[in-house]
Amino acid sequence: MSTDETYEPVIGLEVHVHLLTRSKLFCGCANSFGAEPNNNLCPICAAMPGVLPVFNREVLEIAVRTGLAAHCEIALRSVFARKSYFYPDLPKGYQISQYEAPLCVGGYIDLPINGKTAKRVRLVRIHIEEDAGKNIHAADGSLVDLNRSGVPLLEVVGEPDIRSAEEAGAYLRELRDILCYIGASDGKMEEGSFRCDANVSVRRRGEEHFGVRTEIKNLNSFRNVEKAIAYETRRQIEKTSSGQRVLQETLLWDPDKEATRPMRSKEFANDYRYFPEPDLPPLIVEPELIERVKRAMPELPAERRARYIDQFALSPYEAEVLTSDKELSECFESVLKSGAPDLSSPPPSAKLAANFLITEALRQVRAANRPINDVFNATDIRGLLSLVEGKKISLNAAKTVLPELVLGQSSRGNPHLAQQPGGARFDAEQVVRRFGQVSDEAAIAAACDRVISAEPAKVAEYRAGRNQMFGFFVGLVMKAMGGKANPQVINEVLRKKLAAD
Amino acid sequence: MADDLSKLTITQTRSLLRSGKISAVELTRACLDRIAKVEAQIHAFITVTADEALRQAAAADKRLSSGHAPPLCGIPIGIKDVYCTAGVRTTCASKILANFVPPYDATSVARLRAQGAVFVGKANMDEFAMGSSTENSAFGPTMNPHDLGRVAGGSSGGSAAAVAAHECLASLGTDTGGSIREPASFCGVIGIKPTYSRVSRYGVIAYASSLDQVGPFARSVRDAATVLAAVAGVDPMDSTCSARPVPDYEAALTGDVKGLRIGIPKEFFVKGMEPDVESSIRAAIKQYESLGARAIDIALPHTEYAVGAYYLIATAEASANLARYDGIRFGPRAEASTLAELYSQTRAQGFGAEVKRRIMLGTFALSAGYYDAYYVKAQKVRTLIRRDFDQAFTKCDLILTPTVPSTAFRLGEKVNHPLQMYLSDIFTISVNLAGLPGLVVPCGYDSLNLPIGLQLIGTAFGEASILRAGDAYERSGAISLRDAVV
Repeated sequence: MSTDETYEPVIGLEVHVHLLTRSKLFCGCANSFGAEPNNNLCPICAAMPGVLPVFNREVLEIAVRTGLAAHCEIALRSVFARKSYFYPDLPKGYQISQYEAPLCVGGYIDLPINGKTAKRVRLVRIHIEEDAGKNIHAADGSLVDLNRSGVPLLEVVGEPDIRSAEEAGAYLRELRDILCYIGASDGKMEEGSFRCDANVSVRRRGEEHFGVRTEIKNLNSFRNVEKAIAYETRRQIEKTSSGQRVLQETLLWDPDKEATRPMRSKEFANDYRYFPEPDLPPLIVEPELIERVKRAMPELPAERRARYIDQFALSPYEAEVLTSDKELSECFESVLKSGAPDLSSPPPSAKLAANFLITEALRQVRAANRPINDVFNATDIRGLLSLVEGKKISLNAAKTVLPELVLGQSSRGNPHLAQQPGGARFDAEQVVRRFGQVSDEAAIAAACDRVISAEPAKVAEYRAGRNQMFGFFVGLVMKAMGGKANPQVINEVLRKKLAAD
Repeated sequence: MADDLSKLTITQTRSLLRSGKISAVELTRACLDRIAKVEAQIHAFITVTADEALRQAAAADKRLSSGHAPPLCGIPIGIKDVYCTAGVRTTCASKILANFVPPYDATSVARLRAQGAVFVGKANMDEFAMGSSTENSAFGPTMNPHDLGRVAGGSSGGSAAAVAAHECLASLGTDTGGSIREPASFCGVIGIKPTYSRVSRYGVIAYASSLDQVGPFARSVRDAATVLAAVAGVDPMDSTCSARPVPDYEAALTGDVKGLRIGIPKEFFVKGMEPDVESSIRAAIKQYESLGARAIDIALPHTEYAVGAYYLIATAEASANLARYDGIRFGPRAEASTLAELYSQTRAQGFGAEVKRRIMLGTFALSAGYYDAYYVKAQKVRTLIRRDFDQAFTKCDLILTPTVPSTAFRLGEKVNHPLQMYLSDIFTISVNLAGLPGLVVPCGYDSLNLPIGLQLIGTAFGEASILRAGDAYERSGAISLRDAVV
């Protein structure tokens, strides 16, 4: 990404997070994605006359957990407010939100960059609000789906502490990871359960005042957030440096054109007329709840990263990749821990497991586009890597076997899966039979001798100093052994034998 | 006989129903006959549910014969058309809800239904409960049963008139700034606005959420106590509804007011009050003294700011509460080519003038740049008014005031003078702002035979105390209720 020497962007993000609750914020309707339109609906979330909101207590604990995970101060008394505007997907004509007195105040997110805390982004607040429904525009008119109406959201408002598109991406990923770790959200940006608006302005480096900012909406993927911010930064720098003025406006990101465009004024010109929601009493948080949530706080991404570096001696990069996905890191720990190793092999080392998961397993996970738990059984990977660790098979053999361990495929005809009650499981004996590695020094030495006596000219060349020919001999020996010899043993034996005489 | 049945109180009817001397069907028929006879002149109802009422009455008779019937089983009751009634059109007296049939009952309606009460119809009102005369109804005004050329008061004018004209034995109204008490005073019946949060608001179409409260009309204080007891109490559907247990209101009616300290606020005896009203109230105070109570002068110094504060807070809340009437999900939708036009035309055609006036007033009060000067300041006034009452209640047990400075005015007299109309609630509004209970009991008639009501204001959740005082006054025989002219 190009950085400008004269100007720097100032970026603040507002993130809306769908909470993983069973029911909606103010009624008993299911909070679930993907139902038929207007199926998760009742008089309350359809705003029929006379109905009243009732706060879902399930939301409070999740919101408090989020606030504590983001180092916020939890307000013992917060107040719901009405935010008024007309739109067909907003059935009451106002959204119940929190305004003057939010639940969580302050706080911060530390961004990991190469394992170090490279940047702290402060938070203004985190508050509870309800989502609107969805307008669906068809050729012959518009339809309204209120399934999402009243779904609980947290709005996480960040200070304008971010200084690049990459930092914005890192912030969003860290926030998403935290929310996933604490079970607050599924973090799915594409499904709209994790949404982001970006406020961007530019200023001369060293300047203290902020420039005129624009707000970018419709950012529905991490890539789009970064692209849109980079685009908007360039656009504003071009304007400013050519003496033009940046207008304070709301922009839409067009992912096809990869450009921002102004929203029509009607799309946002609102005086929201906030006032305290008279249908709901103030939200009171008992200090005991905060204590209980604190005690039950699961390990957060930053803590897990530090532990991986500390406990498993992983590199910051490895720790970051593994912890960036809660399920991946859980799989990693299962690979190290679960079950008895097969064929009395030692359990895989952390380094081996980390590398194998980051490179090989993740490739399969991405191809399948499913969570790792749906793609692999951690016990299978553990068994496979135990064979590598015990030098029963080579790493390359493990890489060859891995795609066959992807779950959901038939085990019939698959030599590495033994049909078991409860699903297919990795069959170590089969793998060893096929890829079993010969580490027997005598057998390898015999093969080496055969190769050396068959290639006197090449041996002479090598001995005359052409060291780079070593690999050629290794290849011949490996071929002679049908590819199953332990390469390390070949190396040792061959080096000795070639050096002799 | 049929006509006489409709004139009975709930208390009188109960023993007749229980002993089998009359049936709920007979009682209901008497009320329906009365409705058929007087509705053309009174227009207390927007919708009369005669068939449904007779079905409910028949079911009530079965329960009554089993010997385990709740107090309101078989009692014909009118419901203000602001309450949602499952399967029965609920209009709020507005064109915008002219065809709205809710799939649910308001909590109060459900509680009466559970007791086996009989619903004779949906009572007329000012549109969205905004008004003091029921002239703001999209279905035409309700006439005062004591003078058909005069208003019944509002906004619960239909509920008050129906009880006064013997079309039902009791009714439910709502009171945001005086909408139960002013029509009770104008129609010569009993009406109580309970403490805010005493009765669930669920299913009551909201006007001003922090002020709206459910309450009954009846022809005796005891009847009002019976109905209030049936609807009051905690409701999981209304987060603002109090969990305090509901006392036995009927048991509180001992008739004893000896030693009771009755506060008389000087601010409520204003210039321009009709002399007949003032003399009736003074006579009522004397009557209480003769029963052993003591009258104590008190001050409620911020009373003069109440109307102003009310019209900012109530309209601000209303401007949001009425935003849902947008023509998208229910109600009529205007032809339009753009979304903005759809909203503006639907609402322009659907709402009446007073509703529009209050939406605009409230929208203005909440607008950026005006919020602090209007809404926030009004809330400060509200706090001061609350403190006035707290202060006063250190010296007295309840407060006695006139309900309205005048008796019922003529139809059309004030429709073009909204400010004058707003002043009809000058004595009732501060009670809503303070969230306190207020009971209206008839205390006389003016020279034109128009009813006058006294208002008893209690401490928060002090319903039992004002009901006891109201009942004691009623029992003392100071006045007797006069029949409607029809």
